[in-house]
Amino acid sequence: MGAQLRLLRRRINSVKSTAKITRAQELIASSRIVRAQQRMQAALPYEREITRAVTGVVSNTVSVDHPLTVAKENPARAGVLIVTSDSGFCGGFNANVLREAEALRGLLEGRGLDVTPFVTGRKGVTWHTFRGRDMGGQWTGFSRKPAYADAKEIADTLIGSFKDENGIDEIHIVSTEFVSMLTQNVVVKRILPLEIEETEATDTSTIPPYFEFEPNADEVLESLLPRYVESRIFTALLQSAASEEAARRRAMKSATDNANELIRVLTQDMNQARQAEITQEISEIVGGANALADAAAGKE
Amino acid sequence: MVIAKTVEGEIGILPRHAPVLGVLVEGGVLRVKREGEDDLVAAVHGGFISVADNEVSVLAEVAELGSEVDVAAARDALARAQASIEANQEDADAAIQAKRARARLRAAGEEV
Repeated sequence: MGAQLRLLRRRINSVKSTAKITRAQELIASSRIVRAQQRMQAALPYEREITRAVTGVVSNTVSVDHPLTVAKENPARAGVLIVTSDSGFCGGFNANVLREAEALRGLLEGRGLDVTPFVTGRKGVTWHTFRGRDMGGQWTGFSRKPAYADAKEIADTLIGSFKDENGIDEIHIVSTEFVSMLTQNVVVKRILPLEIEETEATDTSTIPPYFEFEPNADEVLESLLPRYVESRIFTALLQSAASEEAARRRAMKSATDNANELIRVLTQDMNQARQAEITQEISEIVGGANALADAAAGKE
Repeated sequence: MVIAKTVEGEIGILPRHAPVLGVLVEGGVLRVKREGEDDLVAAVHGGFISVADNEVSVLAEVAELGSEVDVAAARDALARAQASIEANQEDADAAIQAKRARARLRAAGEEV
């Protein structure tokens, strides 16, 4: 067998085994998306109710001057929570988030703020350590299956730093929003201080009713706001987990498709090489036989 | 009727109650009295109760239905928490654990 033929055969085998792996990854990711979506759905009612409650308190109390709702006059530092994944093999998922985070950093620095990144997910943490960037906090190990306790831990760190005089004055979050299996968008949101919109009441069904408070509005707000931030972070983590799997499924699908295409091309090359080899052998045999026949004819 | 325990004390909510937003205590028991059915009882640890538009929603950090409480595990947790309170009076964690365990047992209809 010719050397070229053997080389091609070996490459086809290696591409085939790669395709097997990526195909398996694709299937695993598909089944995980469903579960991640279910977890997302399960967290929705809580988030909706807590948002409603916060809206209710904020729009019913005349003087809202809780530290978590009031923007500082001269903000000096901003915290950015960057939600990435722990493992790779998910296409541009992390690159997209990090690119958006860099854009936000530029924007905030343009406003004269110092930016402190808070990073979740091993990929984001490695990205920052590689560049020697200091992080305000880093969490890894739960990007695929975030628990509420993880969100709580992150929220505690952020709120702690926010309440601290020398800490951060704004909190932004950069994460991936799960729209559908095919669409995931990187979104940037400011979670603290809350943005209070002065709106005219137009639609009666959406106006939060007038609340009585037990024990009083300030204390309700005091314990409600941290929960609200936790819930927002938890939602971001869950959405990011679902998006990660969707991105992984897509990346693995195109990897499998590419591998199959490569196998097709290589098989064609291999067949061509084999055919060329056979043709050459035949022409050698024919040439040899002709030479013998000519030699025999010359003797006579 | 919904009965919950807020930091101000017990609150009972009947249909058409005025909108209320209350902070719930750590280790409280929530009871929903239903017509023609058994009461729905749950152990609720912290969180809020909000009443609006004739709808009651309870947002808890941790909650467990009385029917789902593992009584043996809760008794065990209570015993452990009490032991560590005896060892160290200022053990805030253990105090919360004890409260939670008691609420779970009460929700399950056990005597504590």
